Amino acid sequence: MTRTFRVAACSSVLALGLATGASADCGIESGSVSILGNDFPALQAVVAGAQACATDSVAVTSNLTADHRDLQVAALTANPSQYSVAVVANGSIVPLMNAGLIRPLDDLVAAYGDALQPTQLVRIEGQVMAVAFMANAQHLFYRSDILEQAGVASPETLDDVLAAAEAIRAQGIMQHPVAMVSGAGWNLAQEFVNLYLGHGGSFFEPGSAAPAINNDAGLAALEALSALTSYSNPDFLTFDSNSVQALWEAGEVALMMHWGSRGAGILSGENSTPEITGSTVLAAAPTVDDAGRPATTLWWDGFTIAANASDEDAAASFRAMLNGITPERIAENSALAVWLGEGYTPTPASAGVVASAEGGAASYPMSPYMGLMHTALGDNLAGFLQGSASAEETLETIESAYITAARGQGFLN
Amino acid sequence: MKHRTFFWFILPSAAAMILFIALPVGSVFLQSLHIEHEQVLRTVENCGPFGCTEETVVDRAATEELRAAQPLGRFAGLSNYTDRNHLAFAELSRMWERSDSFADFTRRAMTLPFWRAMAFTLTFTFAVTPLVLTLGLAIALGVNSLPRVFRGPTIFVSLLPMIVTPLIGSLVLYWMVDSRGVLGAFLQTVTNDPNLSLRASPTLTWIMLIVYGVWSSAPFAFIVFYAGLQTVPEEPLEAAMIDGANRWQRIRYVVIPHLMPLAIFITLMQLMDNFRVFEPIVGFQAQASATSLSYNIFNYLRGDAAQFGAAATTSMLTIFGVVVLLTPVLIRTWRDFNRKGH
Repeated sequence: MTRTFRVAACSSVLALGLATGASADCGIESGSVSILGNDFPALQAVVAGAQACATDSVAVTSNLTADHRDLQVAALTANPSQYSVAVVANGSIVPLMNAGLIRPLDDLVAAYGDALQPTQLVRIEGQVMAVAFMANAQHLFYRSDILEQAGVASPETLDDVLAAAEAIRAQGIMQHPVAMVSGAGWNLAQEFVNLYLGHGGSFFEPGSAAPAINNDAGLAALEALSALTSYSNPDFLTFDSNSVQALWEAGEVALMMHWGSRGAGILSGENSTPEITGSTVLAAAPTVDDAGRPATTLWWDGFTIAANASDEDAAASFRAMLNGITPERIAENSALAVWLGEGYTPTPASAGVVASAEGGAASYPMSPYMGLMHTALGDNLAGFLQGSASAEETLETIESAYITAARGQGFLN
Repeated sequence: MKHRTFFWFILPSAAAMILFIALPVGSVFLQSLHIEHEQVLRTVENCGPFGCTEETVVDRAATEELRAAQPLGRFAGLSNYTDRNHLAFAELSRMWERSDSFADFTRRAMTLPFWRAMAFTLTFTFAVTPLVLTLGLAIALGVNSLPRVFRGPTIFVSLLPMIVTPLIGSLVLYWMVDSRGVLGAFLQTVTNDPNLSLRASPTLTWIMLIVYGVWSSAPFAFIVFYAGLQTVPEEPLEAAMIDGANRWQRIRYVVIPHLMPLAIFITLMQLMDNFRVFEPIVGFQAQASATSLSYNIFNYLRGDAAQFGAAATTSMLTIFGVVVLLTPVLIRTWRDFNRKGH
């Protein structure tokens, strides 16, 4: 009996394999495609599209993980590289560029990329180095029912957000109404970057790698960060994206700064109640000063092709990834992200990102030394929020931590 | 043993030690004397979904050339050791001048990565090691006085904390001390403070990590002491009883001296283990309040730009720290050995 079962199981697996093989029509003759990327629903959908190209002669594998940034440089340095495709964002393409691990895509775009919009092509020094397919940004989520109960209007500026939080707390509705992705390290640094660029600051002296954050914009960003986290749960220095989403879905917060790519999951109400999802509003990131620029940074996600992959695998990978972002597929997955390609119709889940972009939010800087600045911020902001250092001292500490790292990496002397 | 025989006897293990310990340590030391090449930068125009911007990029061809010429990087002497990331003499003296009290100086010095990590690493090592020794001995004595039937199951249960993978063990505790977890909620009720959070306060985080350290290492001390207890000879114990010694006196004057070599062994292992504390910091997401030398190495190596020079320097200083910690214990053992030998 076991044997019959096994035979039956094997033949159904075979049938399944044949079925996907038969349904795929990506026109790839042969090659091997392996994809490294972050892990969230929109990317899973793109990769599923690429995987549909798998045939007997085309192998498609993927590794989607939150640790992709730590893996990508080592994995693509190998020759032949471990992955033929690295899905990156404007922050994470820089280390691959610095090390020359990704190839220019101009010839592949010319041969296969007719359907791509010009804005999807990320050109560095005129060469196409990545194909962007979606946009992302942190923005404001708020609960309209709680705000109504507290008697405040929908917040547009940082002061509005703080006033709303104060009203909610004062009326005893919630003790800790605000949540941000504020875990010490990369996440907390990202919150500072959002607020700092919202104040119009720039991180470096023009044309040099010397830091320039010890200024009024830096002080204002720290003050804003401290004001917002004072309305957060005291555990805020341990919050990552998942735990903040869980707080929202449990109905424990009323105002949240979170990634737009989480909007679809939150609105689907899978882990939440209709009362919470029904009153969740996605809005632009709040503005912090009179300039009226939303305090957030715009990110694109896109794919790059490894330099150390064979030309055959590179072409196969490029075409398989294009199959992940066809207009039909984008139309089908419209709710999952703010797609940049043809076929996208905006959904409620995209409202926050679109409003932030229209408000003129800055895009995340692509300087080769921004990663070091981000790390220096992440390592040293927590002390200020715990009250062990003043704002001026903290900015000074961050600058000297950055200078040490930049010297070690050869950016400064 | 003849020298020749001894040489052939020791050769395989010496070869393995050179290959797997001495050479890697040597290469890490060499790396710690170097920093990356100067990066050749150039300004270009980048265009993307959000428009075009002027951006700086690394001139790869030029940088590549430098790298091929000197793969290790630029020789920097001991500058990695003295810079802000490590011993930070210049920063410390400037902080000393600017501080108005010793407490203020300590507070400022805690922004320096090496000294901050050192403060927690040493506190952790010197709190956990003695607690593990005493708790392990207490459990071993307790289990040893149980009726035989219960010993097996009790030993198994007592060993569980050691069987659980450290990262998983700390994650389990991390969720238990969450303000909505069973321990966190209990503490809030007991202290009647709805804002009490073990994760928010640096002091409580340190205590939590130390408690975790004791919890996860006590079984090791326990099982070693328990094995030792099986070898305590009956005669001196009976003699002590006839002399009228009570239970405590028998433990203090017969059992503990008998177990002393084991205690030294456990101390050695614990000093080494605790000095390289790492998993609980990641598991408890405690990096805002506590970092260790091993955590710093991890932090330098991951992320966008791996800082090999800084990581190598912290590794060398960790090895140096372990040597300093173990020296007194080793000297003591060596003296005992010589005394017995003559």
